[in-house]
Amino acid sequence: MIRRNDGAVEFKADAPTLVMERLCKSYELGSMELKVLRDIALTIDRGEYVAIMGPSGSGKSTLLNMIGCLDRPTSGDYWLGGQNVSLLDDDQISLIRGARIGFIFQSFNLINQLNVVENIEVPMYYQGWSEHESAERARELATMVGLDERFEHRPSELSGGQQQRVAIARALANDPLIILADEPTGNLDSESGAEILKILVGLHKQGKTLIVVTHDTHIATDAGRVIEIFDGKIRHQ
Amino acid sequence: MFLFRLKRTAKLGIKSLWMHKLRSTLTTLGIIFGVSSVIAMLAIGEGASQAAQEQIARLGSRNIIIKTVPPPEEKEVSSQNQSMREYGLTYLDAERFRNSMPNIEVVVPSRRLPQQAWYRNRKVAVEVIGTVPWYPEISPIQFRTGRFIGSLDMHHREGICVIDENVVKELFVFDDPLGQDVKIAGDYYRVVGIVSPEDLGPASQPLENGAAKAKGQGGANVGSIYIPLTTVRNRFGEVSLQYSGGSGRTMEKVELQEITVKVGATEEVLPTRDILETLLNRFHKKSDFQVVVPLELLKQAKQTQRIFSIVLGSIAAISLLVGGIGIMNIMLATVSERTREIGIRRALGARKRDIILQFLSETLLLTLLGGILGISLGSLVPVLVTHFGRMPTVITGGSLVLAFGISGAVGVIFGLYPAYRAANMDPIESLRHE
Repeated sequence: MIRRNDGAVEFKADAPTLVMERLCKSYELGSMELKVLRDIALTIDRGEYVAIMGPSGSGKSTLLNMIGCLDRPTSGDYWLGGQNVSLLDDDQISLIRGARIGFIFQSFNLINQLNVVENIEVPMYYQGWSEHESAERARELATMVGLDERFEHRPSELSGGQQQRVAIARALANDPLIILADEPTGNLDSESGAEILKILVGLHKQGKTLIVVTHDTHIATDAGRVIEIFDGKIRHQ
Repeated sequence: MFLFRLKRTAKLGIKSLWMHKLRSTLTTLGIIFGVSSVIAMLAIGEGASQAAQEQIARLGSRNIIIKTVPPPEEKEVSSQNQSMREYGLTYLDAERFRNSMPNIEVVVPSRRLPQQAWYRNRKVAVEVIGTVPWYPEISPIQFRTGRFIGSLDMHHREGICVIDENVVKELFVFDDPLGQDVKIAGDYYRVVGIVSPEDLGPASQPLENGAAKAKGQGGANVGSIYIPLTTVRNRFGEVSLQYSGGSGRTMEKVELQEITVKVGATEEVLPTRDILETLLNRFHKKSDFQVVVPLELLKQAKQTQRIFSIVLGSIAAISLLVGGIGIMNIMLATVSERTREIGIRRALGARKRDIILQFLSETLLLTLLGGILGISLGSLVPVLVTHFGRMPTVITGGSLVLAFGISGAVGVIFGLYPAYRAANMDPIESLRHE
């Protein structure tokens, strides 16, 4: 049922989902070198539910971007499903991002011109799904997150909780290796936040690998593993 | 796969253009006006060119026309005293042409006199053309009925005439003109034939100027009446009275107003012209003649029209360029407005080329739509110009293809930069963009 774009790299099924070794990221600010991540070593296995916590400015967003292949490390290696993505070019990384990672953002990041179904279709479009297949799957996913009545609605016509559910459905579209959530409940009231968390926990129970960046201690207690980042280093895991 | 992608990209493009209807419309207007002005300008240029060429071609591309003109420097002197002025082409000139040049097919001498023609109580201003039986060889006139001047008419100096349809319309409202008598300057001429009007159109007007001056106020002739040259010589003589303003009258003696020579092939026209000029210069001390070569006029007209078309076309192309810059401006604004969308799409797996394709297709859609509308508008303008401005216009298929191609090229050229900028934005930065 899930079709892969021809350009996407095949992954080893038995490898750990994610391995980082001596991963560093630094920015040059004039003559100063700002080290955001230092010597990150991290392994996450299939089916784990990991919470990444830390104060702001600790580098957790950068780590998230790194995991999501939005950013490249300055040094060190990053294996995603047994594939060293530090060696790939921009086009290949884009395809991997679409195929293997499902993003959930704090501010939902839905495309306003598109309706619910079309928003869910976006990742499938870039993987080369046919219009018919992707529309069908998008409807299934929307139904799964409880939006079966709102296929044709625009994001602006939905509540925050509903928008985040669209984003979750969109993250699931290509059946990714990792679902990467950045403060998924940050912009929601506690009730919708709890609903979103319930869905995430449900996904974890289905065997999905879940990585959540959060301040929310509720999530941390749900998660099987908490990684604390401080000053660009993993302090505790 | 590719086609299907293209279809979905186009669909996406149409959708986001539809979201901003006013902006898209205003942007397209630039291209619409650009394309339509290219087409309209080229159509007007082409129309003017074809009309001029047609008119010149009717003068005959193998003809050389030698006209009598009053010698300029002597004009002042002769108008002071009332002596006879004698100038212009002579029968002898025509004879010399005929005898000296073997490649000349026909030599047609003619006299042209402004006169009034009467039938019963109706009158009309005409040009009396005294000429020879082979006049139709050098003129575009066509026979309607009857016959032209014959050699026996010439020999006997018959009082016959051939009239053109304009004269028929003015003089003979109910009667059949054939066999009727038309009165010109006190003499009667029997109508033996009717021909189509010569009607050389406005292009021949500048050529006629010299002759028109020679004829005095000969501008307002309605039609032409052809009479045997010998008859004209016999009945009208060669001397005419000119009433020049204030200073009294002058006598002029002019034998022939015009000699038209036809050569065997167009290549022989220019060399023959040179020889004829040399020949004439030997016998005419005063510069009392003018040589007109329709072929040369045709070449000049073609060249002028080409420049005309290039100028018009480049003005129109500049407006298209301005339209293209307008599109680029709008697309750059669109890109920065949709920075976040671009970031989202990149995070969800879009490659740089996908983003380029998306924005490029929007620009292309705008310009192609503008191109189609511009072609419709541009095809309408020449029709209106022809209808209201009474100017001939010709829309060539080439100009349509050119305009459409240019608008497509404008789309690609001015769409590439905004699309490239969109694709090269940092996904992380774009996602943070408010």
